[in-house]
Amino acid sequence: MTNFMSRNDLLLFLGFAVVVLAMPIWLTPFGAGYPDLLQRFMIFGIFAVGFNILFGLTGYLSFGHAAFFGVGSYAAVWSFKLLTLDAIPAMIFAVIISGLFALVIGFLSLRRSGIYFSILTLAFAQMSYNLAYSVLTPITNGETGLQLTLNDPRVLDAALGQTFVGQPVPTLLGQQLGGYAGFYFCAGFLILSFFFAQRVAGSPFGMMLKSIKSNQTRMQFTGFNTRPYALSAFVISGMYAGLAGALLAVTDPLAGAERMQWTASGEVVLMTILGGVGTLVGPVIGAWIIKYFENILSALNDNILAQFWSFLPEGVADVVVKVTSKFVGDGWHLTLGLVFVIIVIFLPGGIMEGVRRLTAVARRSGPPGAKSHQPQPAE
Amino acid sequence: MFEVIFLQFLNGLDKGAAYALIALGLTLVFGTLGVVNFAHGALFMLGAFCAVMFRQFLTLETVTIDPTQTSPWGAPLEIREPLVQTWFGDFGAVLVNYSVPFSILITIPIMLLVGIALERGIIKHFYKRPHAEQILVTFGLAIVAQEVIKSIFGPNPIPQPMPTDLRGAADIGSWIGFQANVITYPLWRLIYFLFSAIVIGGVFAFLQFTTFGMVVRAGMADRETVGLLGINIDRRFTIMFGLAAIVAGMAGVMYTPLLPPNYHLGMDFLVLSFVVVVVGGMGSLPGAVAAGFLLGILQSFASMTQIKAIVPGIDQIIIYLVAVVILLVRPRGLMGRRGVMES
Amino acid sequence: MANSNVVLHVADVHKRFGGLHALADIDLQVEEGKTHAIIGPNGAGKSTLLNVIIGKLAPTSGQVVFDGNMLTGRKPYQINQLGIARVFQTPEIFADLSVLHNVMIPAFAKRDGTFTLNMLRSLDSETTIRQEAEHMLEDVGMLNRRDMHAGSLSRGDKRRMELAMCLIQHPRLLLLDEPTAGMSRHDTNTTIELLKKIKERGMTKVIIEHDMHVVFSLADKISVLAQGRIIADGSPDEVRGNPKVQEAYLGGAH
Repeated sequence: MTNFMSRNDLLLFLGFAVVVLAMPIWLTPFGAGYPDLLQRFMIFGIFAVGFNILFGLTGYLSFGHAAFFGVGSYAAVWSFKLLTLDAIPAMIFAVIISGLFALVIGFLSLRRSGIYFSILTLAFAQMSYNLAYSVLTPITNGETGLQLTLNDPRVLDAALGQTFVGQPVPTLLGQQLGGYAGFYFCAGFLILSFFFAQRVAGSPFGMMLKSIKSNQTRMQFTGFNTRPYALSAFVISGMYAGLAGALLAVTDPLAGAERMQWTASGEVVLMTILGGVGTLVGPVIGAWIIKYFENILSALNDNILAQFWSFLPEGVADVVVKVTSKFVGDGWHLTLGLVFVIIVIFLPGGIMEGVRRLTAVARRSGPPGAKSHQPQPAE
Repeated sequence: MFEVIFLQFLNGLDKGAAYALIALGLTLVFGTLGVVNFAHGALFMLGAFCAVMFRQFLTLETVTIDPTQTSPWGAPLEIREPLVQTWFGDFGAVLVNYSVPFSILITIPIMLLVGIALERGIIKHFYKRPHAEQILVTFGLAIVAQEVIKSIFGPNPIPQPMPTDLRGAADIGSWIGFQANVITYPLWRLIYFLFSAIVIGGVFAFLQFTTFGMVVRAGMADRETVGLLGINIDRRFTIMFGLAAIVAGMAGVMYTPLLPPNYHLGMDFLVLSFVVVVVGGMGSLPGAVAAGFLLGILQSFASMTQIKAIVPGIDQIIIYLVAVVILLVRPRGLMGRRGVMES
Repeated sequence: MANSNVVLHVADVHKRFGGLHALADIDLQVEEGKTHAIIGPNGAGKSTLLNVIIGKLAPTSGQVVFDGNMLTGRKPYQINQLGIARVFQTPEIFADLSVLHNVMIPAFAKRDGTFTLNMLRSLDSETTIRQEAEHMLEDVGMLNRRDMHAGSLSRGDKRRMELAMCLIQHPRLLLLDEPTAGMSRHDTNTTIELLKKIKERGMTKVIIEHDMHVVFSLADKISVLAQGRIIADGSPDEVRGNPKVQEAYLGGAH
């Protein structure tokens, strides 16, 4: 086992799996223990883990990853429409298609680095988005979004003689994937995705990606052709995005072009930064936090706020309600923007760096024997 | 045929002018401060909302109820009178009518303050940090700016009427020897183009002919050396950021009659402007201006029905397509220097 | 290529930039196992020559042949894979990684080639390469720093580590670009000692140097470059006594 995975990695993985699978239990006190939100936690966790393989390891900042997410969604819905309502073929199909799409876009974009790379990915994503809304309407169904209908051919299902009554929904081996079944389905993929990311980060390949981020020139003079490395990372993260997009289509089989918009690409950047770029769990935590607060804060309204602040004197309470209401409900993006700015300014390593600093402080103020002058381990 | 082409060319000018103005400011900030400012589009949007705010202020009304008269619905008649009209009489009416151009007067100090506050407060600390972090912090600032505007002015676009005298169309064709009414062009678009030409000319003249501008240009070429000369480059950079904010703000103000501003206006223009800057060549002012107009005009041609019939959807992607091609074929853009921002 | 011992042959290389004749008629033969120094005052064309050797610049005429392979137009990684490792003027290292990983990475390039998609193998299972890297670090006296961030090393240590990164590939030719530039006296001395130690193992080296004194104790052969031409060629003693060299160094721009 030691050669397969170090003890620390194994513990991290098992801990992660337990935390994820137990989410319906431990998130209930926080008001987040319901399947719809939990599914989103899983889906965007996968998206962020994959994005981190590119941005966190190689340092290439893509502003167009939502395109792969969107392509994954469309591909999955088409699989539901044309082949079968079973989720597994849809996932495979979506991952392949988004991987191919990422291969093309990555091949072109990676010819440049720095901000030029960012702009190229942004341009490709915006092209995809604009085309999805206009010329590609036969594939994307434009503004309405692509959805399942009773008249879909579903050749595999038809061949097997399966018929459905009512509105078609995605299934797994005949079981519907709504509610907690949907959550566990997504959770399985998140755990798998995490495991794979962990393997990649801990492999020689992962070390090469980190070296590209650290010093691309040295990498080349050391005998490595850096482009296929970066391209592999790009395609892998594109496939992750496609997988996440497909899962969103499984839980809610309506694919719209807005999933490909650059604000959606920006969101996954935010998640990764907030949690901690280049760390394994950071991006997942970032995704969870953003989705959690999006859900909680955007549901708050003046009435709830008024109740919350009711212990204050009346005049003061009114003012406080007025001010705080700007930061919740529709205004929750303001909170997000502020938090994000603060994180980038004061804690560029995100939450994971915050945790590291806190533990460092705790250790220093602990017993003097624990004080160590160990050189800082690199990773 | 020539008329059609010429008309499309004209149609591209005003959009191109807006791109050029935003790209100019972006390039100034990048060239002098070395900062990739994703909040620049937000400055354009803030400028536009200076115009909205100014007009809302001008049209504050006193409402008096005249009990002797009734409205057609039978309720007591409300008499609304704009405050400025009660204070300034006819001049007040002119002020309201010309609120958009007049709001430039308040936009300049507001944008200068916003620009200086941003630079001194936040951006200053990012000069030495990686470009990715600059992008991220300014991206966050852009979100904050647009959400603040949304919470004040609401999510919907707020139309800004242009002055009544400037609503018509200019018969440009007849000026250059065509028959009357063959080539007509909305007057305000013409004004926008002329306005941007003046602003761009002003910025270039400022950089070319003033000592301040000389130092800044030298700083753009070689920041370290200028710093070594003992010139306080920091203060000048702050002012340059303020200037870039003013240019973006004014561009936003004057654009309001053409496109009712909403809170995400900045983001919409930002993405395009970055493409413009990159196409022009990162750090090149003439490149930014040229690419702005070039892309505006290309966009206008791409939206011709004849062209769309040949290449469906081209109008949706033309700008990005041009950006991709230029970046792949000529990574420095039209006029950029080598090695800028490559890593 | 009369002499089969010649590893690197720079043959009749000219390089012009517009009107400027940066390199003229350069002919160099670097023999196997020897340390060949190229020295010259600032602006003599040393960097241009180096860039031509590593294929970054194409010569206007002439060619660079390494072990039977033309180098012109090849990518840096291809040149490395042919067996040329390079030490830079300012150490080019992976500052964010540990010292051990810095030295392991080149070993992977040697073993696995320019690109391998070995993403499911664990780094911990690469015991051979790890031991090799540790051995190398011990060789340059840095094993105690193996877990440090490379970026936090002193300049001298960075140089030593960079040397270790090159040596672990067992290159057929080691290019050193002003290996002691910008170093303190102490760091310069340790670096020279290290280079001497490497020399004893018979590795072929080309040292580009501005400072004559650094190379006299190291080189088997010295070529002196001035104004784009080789003005003297020979053993350290021959070169030392050459009046042209003294003029270039003492009477010239320097």
